[in-house]
Amino acid sequence: MSAALLIDIILWGSVAAVGFIAYQRGPRVLTTSLREGSMDFINIVPRIALGVIGSGYIAAVIPQEIITGWLGPNSGWFGVATAVIAGAATPGGPVVGFSIGAVALKAGGGPPQVIAYVIAWALFAFQRLLLWEIPFMPARFVWFRAAVSVPFPFVAAAIAMAIGKP
Amino acid sequence: MITIGVLVAVSATLVYRRDGVDGVLDILAHDLTLFGGILPRVLAGCLLGAFIAEILPHEKVSRSLGPNSGLKGLLIGAAFGAILPGGPFTAYPVASALLAVGADFGATIAMVVSWTLIGYGRAVAWELPIMGTDFTLWRIVISLPLPLLAGALGRFVYVRMYPKDELE
Repeated sequence: MSAALLIDIILWGSVAAVGFIAYQRGPRVLTTSLREGSMDFINIVPRIALGVIGSGYIAAVIPQEIITGWLGPNSGWFGVATAVIAGAATPGGPVVGFSIGAVALKAGGGPPQVIAYVIAWALFAFQRLLLWEIPFMPARFVWFRAAVSVPFPFVAAAIAMAIGKP
Repeated sequence: MITIGVLVAVSATLVYRRDGVDGVLDILAHDLTLFGGILPRVLAGCLLGAFIAEILPHEKVSRSLGPNSGLKGLLIGAAFGAILPGGPFTAYPVASALLAVGADFGATIAMVVSWTLIGYGRAVAWELPIMGTDFTLWRIVISLPLPLLAGALGRFVYVRMYPKDELE
């Protein structure tokens, strides 16, 4: 069984579970939430359509070598800082971010720098903030969370340097 | 939305000039497949968010995840983010629902950061196969304290940035 299928099962299982709880509170709670959820879905689909269908083009025109070149070995804190900026600037979905990280590791990038890159990308990749997070959440929260997250790729790189792993 | 639209249009034009119509169609076909695969999960995420907003008792949420919930609130937020299934299409609607029913920025930040750094969804589906087990496991171990720290920092900054909200 593939990981994606497993995740889908867990996801829909959770939906069914909370739906059942809602139904126990009364059929009206169930129908209200179903209507609310469907309306959210209808509102969000066009925004996501642009993001998902467009991100392939954005990723295609940003050469990956530019990003991996920045994460060079023995680049120290300067490399970590560049990695954080590169992570924030990396477009596209999980395949793109992790692939660049993997290429950087193979090309001799330092593990702390790659850790900083992956974590910065996971925390505040600019394209993901715009395409995924803003449509679903209050913009004030999104920018606040991104700003608060900025120190943490550096913290992670420091931990990686301190323990000498991975 | 307009910025992104322009960005996409410019990028698509550059791809067209470099790779011709075939290049443009290849990427379009790939992204359409991806979009089709994501849609049901987006629906699941929206439903999950709506149900959670409806069934969670607001009082309880604001007590256990609100501004005065302390370290425990951050821990609950982080644990919730780590076990939440699905991708961005689940995490963001649910986080939004939590905010709406009384969680504060700190606990919600702990939840979102925990989901993105520790959540198993992305790690199992993408990171393990691409980055390898060794890197992924160490990356997660190193990330373990970060959701709590981010949530605490968020709370610390929030009460200083928006002191009025605290009076409510």
